[in-house]
Amino acid sequence: MSESTKMTGASSLVKALEASGVDVMFGIPGGAILPAYDPIFDSKIRHILVRHEQGAGHAATGYAQATGRVGVCIATSGPGATNLVTPLADAQMDSVPIVAITGQVASGAIGTDAFQEADIRGITMPITKHSFLVTDPADIARSIAEAFHIASTGRPGAVLVDIAKDALQMQTEFNYPKSINLGGYNPKLDATPESIRDAAALIAQSKAPVLYIGGGAIKAQAHKELLKLAELTGAPVVTTLMARGAFPDSHPQHLGMPGMHGTVAAVTALQKADLLITLGARFDDRVTGKLSTFAPNAKIIHADIDPAEIGKNRRADVALVGDLRLTIEALLPAIKSEFKKNQPDISAWLSQAYGWRNRFPLGYDHPSDGSLSPQYVIERIGKLSGPDAIYAAGVGQHQMWASQFISYEKPRTWLNSGGLGTMGYAVPAAMGAKVGAPDTTVWAIDGDGCFQMTNQELVTCALNNIPIKVAVINNESLGMVRQWQTLFYNERYSNTELHSKRIPDFAKLAEAMGCVGLTCDSRDDVDKTIAQAMEINDRPVVVDFSVHKDAMVWPMVAAGTSNDDIVNARSLAPIWDSQEL
Amino acid sequence: MTQSHPDAPSSSTSILKTRTLSVLVENSPGVLARISSLFSRRGYNIDSLAVGPTENPNFSRMTIVINVEDHALEQVIAQLDKLINVISITELDPVVSVQRELLLVKVSTDEKTRSQVLETVQLFRAKVVDVAQDAVTIEATGNTEKISALLRVLEPFGILELIQSGLVAMSRGLKPGSISEDKK
Repeated sequence: MSESTKMTGASSLVKALEASGVDVMFGIPGGAILPAYDPIFDSKIRHILVRHEQGAGHAATGYAQATGRVGVCIATSGPGATNLVTPLADAQMDSVPIVAITGQVASGAIGTDAFQEADIRGITMPITKHSFLVTDPADIARSIAEAFHIASTGRPGAVLVDIAKDALQMQTEFNYPKSINLGGYNPKLDATPESIRDAAALIAQSKAPVLYIGGGAIKAQAHKELLKLAELTGAPVVTTLMARGAFPDSHPQHLGMPGMHGTVAAVTALQKADLLITLGARFDDRVTGKLSTFAPNAKIIHADIDPAEIGKNRRADVALVGDLRLTIEALLPAIKSEFKKNQPDISAWLSQAYGWRNRFPLGYDHPSDGSLSPQYVIERIGKLSGPDAIYAAGVGQHQMWASQFISYEKPRTWLNSGGLGTMGYAVPAAMGAKVGAPDTTVWAIDGDGCFQMTNQELVTCALNNIPIKVAVINNESLGMVRQWQTLFYNERYSNTELHSKRIPDFAKLAEAMGCVGLTCDSRDDVDKTIAQAMEINDRPVVVDFSVHKDAMVWPMVAAGTSNDDIVNARSLAPIWDSQEL
Repeated sequence: MTQSHPDAPSSSTSILKTRTLSVLVENSPGVLARISSLFSRRGYNIDSLAVGPTENPNFSRMTIVINVEDHALEQVIAQLDKLINVISITELDPVVSVQRELLLVKVSTDEKTRSQVLETVQLFRAKVVDVAQDAVTIEATGNTEKISALLRVLEPFGILELIQSGLVAMSRGLKPGSISEDKK
């Protein structure tokens, strides 16, 4: 090798990121990662300087969720790296492809409790798909290539690459691999022909099937194939919290979201089905309720790219391990040929399922005291911004309402923290989404509790021309926790009152951070205020919607109880016909 | 002990069984931590774990003994397989594999009992590796049943100190288990 191909480990890192197709990364420099920031200064990769590493991590996640590409965040050793722990766990739980780069103390100092040393590779082992510690500069480029490969293929996930400071400083040769060969990592893409045949046969026998759709349908870009499958089988469709947008809400076969706050129709259809065609979903406890009583009469077809999901919570009758888009493509002709022999009559089932949907629609009341209904605000934001906008939610009541009362027609328009349930996700995730989709309207639907965890990233947005819109659904409390206190703790509101109509003043706070701050507390002003926010595109906008604090999320399946015990509104279970019980 | 999901539907095979897994892993730092962390996080209890080099310096082989139900075994294998550094996993049936553990045990002896202890050592084809005034140290290798049987016989003499290795195991015949085969 000639002298000219020599470069520092840091340059090798940046060149490897460029070779991996990175166009933007979110981060904060610090001592151990400092050598990398020198070549970053000259790179064509856009680096967005955030205000907290957690913001960098969620921004990478929002970017990845909105674009389908790998999100990248970068931080220094010790506290910089540990601040990434929450977003890494969050991305991993929701199978979002992100790569985190962290600086580590010099290799000779590792293990000595050096300044800003934390064993981030060890810390993140259980919460990432994989984590690397690189101490040899010659390994940097290959590790980056492998990290992107691991993050983006198979079941996507979070990958961390921790690089010792001296490895960044030392001279090396750039050796980005042409192909990646990891002996222990070979995701299986094609379900076996036998399993496809068995699944098609089960579908042709079913009198009461449900398509149970999870976030995998979006990850696998399988929404077009899913639509064909739904229309071929005629089966009703439910989309989980992670799958909202994978199947159009406006489609007549859609029953809505299942789960703890799902629609009566979606929850009940799963319970009464004789077959669940499970596509990229994982029988999460928030969907199944008490597992032993979940869908008691249903056979299970379970399609997932992760073999470890098969049988983890619910035994599968037919397992389809592979890429979901390819799986559905293979299923379509197999089902057609089964249907030629025998197409089951599911009309009775459909009229039952659509009957539940008609009888138990989602709804809410306007508070009698004239204060704003949070559901109404969220519904109007969805109506006025339309199905092309991207909506990112925090975690809690507003998240459930945003899932329930906004109509999603397209994949990658609904971003939220489903698995980990990370409060504070919305603002940085919306920031990342807006960076990935600059021409799209991006709303963060946030709660006043969530907003106070990560709102400092609005400074980042204001300074970097990332004009997101934030709706703070301000009910002055940790609303979901308060709802549980109302229902299960005799209205003893221990530590859930935030007083956030007094302090802080969100509009002023927004203004102080370089955003436009708006307020709204009456129903008549809602549309006007949203329209005003929609018109501002040169700065971030924050709207403080002052809403009624006693609004609750319905329907509800209380934690640990059976889906059969779904409550449609307070103390009001759906009234079943006797033959349905 | 394996904790399957408390709500998981009980299958007909919900009987705990001792299983031996032979796990081929990359010989790189942190692999042992990754595997033990997986077992601890998912609530699988390891009976024993032995790890050592293989004929290829790039790989190590672990022999892991666990006590699980059929359903949980599938999960353990699937979860292990997700680790990037894990190359392959083979369940070793005791009938078609050679399984050995090593025992060092210090047994209290006096003039009366020493000959009895030495006789036991011979019967079990074990070895005496150290003799003191009032104790002998015995080394034995064998499968789990043989080691347990030896300990049962030695127990009445008085066991002063005992250490056992984890089980190591290898399939009989040529394959499977060779690295070239596993790497496919």
